[in-house]
Amino acid sequence: MATAVAARGRPVAAATDRARGRGWSALTFAGILLLLLAVWEGVKFLGGVPWRTPGAVPGDPVLWNPPFRWPFANDLNLPHVWNIVLAFTQPFQRGAEATLAEYLLGAALYTWREAAIGFMLGGFLGLALATVFVHSRLLERALVPYVIASQTVPIIALAPLIAFVMGQSVLTVVLIATYLTFFPVTIAMIRGLRSFDPRAMELMRSYAASRWQIYRKLRLPASLPYLFTALRISATASIVGAIIGEDAGGIQAGLGRVITTFNQYYITGPEKLWAAIIAAALLGIAFFLVIRAIEIAVLRGQPGAEGG
Amino acid sequence: MASQVEAPVVRLSDVEKVFTRGDEAATTALEAIDLDIRRGEFVSLIGPSGCGKSTLLRVIGDLIQPTRGEVVVNGKPASQARRERDYGMVFQAPVLMDWRTVQDNVRLPLEILGRPTAQRTARAREMLELVELGDFLEHYPYQLSGGMQQRVAIARALSFEPAILLMDEPFGALDEMTRERMNSEVLRIWERTGTTIVFVTHSIPEAVFLSSRVVVMSPRPGRITRVVEIDLPRPRNEDSRETPRYFQLVTEVREALRMRGDRPADDEAIGDVPSVDRTMAEGAVG
Repeated sequence: MATAVAARGRPVAAATDRARGRGWSALTFAGILLLLLAVWEGVKFLGGVPWRTPGAVPGDPVLWNPPFRWPFANDLNLPHVWNIVLAFTQPFQRGAEATLAEYLLGAALYTWREAAIGFMLGGFLGLALATVFVHSRLLERALVPYVIASQTVPIIALAPLIAFVMGQSVLTVVLIATYLTFFPVTIAMIRGLRSFDPRAMELMRSYAASRWQIYRKLRLPASLPYLFTALRISATASIVGAIIGEDAGGIQAGLGRVITTFNQYYITGPEKLWAAIIAAALLGIAFFLVIRAIEIAVLRGQPGAEGG
Repeated sequence: MASQVEAPVVRLSDVEKVFTRGDEAATTALEAIDLDIRRGEFVSLIGPSGCGKSTLLRVIGDLIQPTRGEVVVNGKPASQARRERDYGMVFQAPVLMDWRTVQDNVRLPLEILGRPTAQRTARAREMLELVELGDFLEHYPYQLSGGMQQRVAIARALSFEPAILLMDEPFGALDEMTRERMNSEVLRIWERTGTTIVFVTHSIPEAVFLSSRVVVMSPRPGRITRVVEIDLPRPRNEDSRETPRYFQLVTEVREALRMRGDRPADDEAIGDVPSVDRTMAEGAVG
């Protein structure tokens, strides 16, 4: 009994350790962000154009005159951080009512919907392929090379083809997101569905368990850590796929179109493109964290569930 | 003397197992194995690493197919016995499913056998009471000590009342004190359930204390060199370990193990536990 009591004490200690670990990683994350901003502004401090207050017109006083003039550090190539932040609160285009932040949020949600559908389709496709492969060495040997080859074709070459076949529609975007999503899931699950304890397989065989029972009660639960690792990669990949796909799919409402437009009109508002890039990054991080949260909820109680 | 009339639970006739691995020379893990195990018997297989005792256990359990010879269990081929769920397995490691509670681990075989839910729950409780873990139904395996985890594994193996319990060094990873306690426990369970047990071990004291018969094996090729009848009176308890007869029998088994003194009993395992891939490839797993 003493051992049991001691053992029961362990998760509590582990939980406080984890909480402390989370605190530190949040602090480290914030520290690195500050460092990046400092480097960004430091470059402009040394080699940018004269610093003025945000929204200043020619003739306003110069706050700081950098000693050098590096072309890559001028306000067009590397806008001030505060100007990017400020841009979020401004109308997204002249005369518009919505701010850039609202506009980007709407576009991000639109893109996320496309990505999420592609992500789910890709997840199921990856799981299905891996399931077939772990049950048939023949099909695995025959088809895995094609699965790998599929990912060496650049998506920008493939996207117009898909658009040509599927027409310019959301479906094209979804398929491109699927295309980028299924691969990590397939590869990880080929391994994950074989990651069970071999003695557990002997155990299942001693029960004369059917293939489906072995799959359902051993292979699949044992593979969940692999599945979630792959899904986290796929979550971000699906966002990238959707953003790229919107161009080929002729979608006007998503982040992809926004990025293309702001890129074309970069000279008139470089901060807007940077803001859109930040929005895309935040969307990827948000999707990643959603998957991570589901992972923690599903794998709760399993040792090692907190790991990478 | 009823046991002489009754057909044996396990009958091994001229069993041979040869492993061939790629280009390597074939290893004869088992050679000319003849053995009858009677109903309700407690038989230990003992021998140095590489003597094929774990392989023999798996041949009995139809987890490895013999290269030659016949395995008959309850009058049927071993493969049929496995399909009819005659075997309970316990390994050296508990092999519990991390994602299932203690109770759900014990229920696992009952789920696979398609027993009704109410029966699963009742049986799991009953078995966990039997191994004195009734207070730990909702715990997860990692919250238990090694000895407790192994008791869960035993409860799981017994849950569907298999005709034969196959135990592969079940207490090999435990410390000596826990091991002796588990020995008494397994004897108590054996006496209560009347299950036939085949028990693989490295430990001479353990084999003598538990068994009705100790089957002594020698390596390369794995063969049965002697079968020692253990006539210690039952029920046995900790005091049995201190009787002169116990020490005599321990000495007898030890000498039987030394019989092949012409070869050093080195511990390099060759055919003891075959590589996992092989075992998988041979099975129905594909």
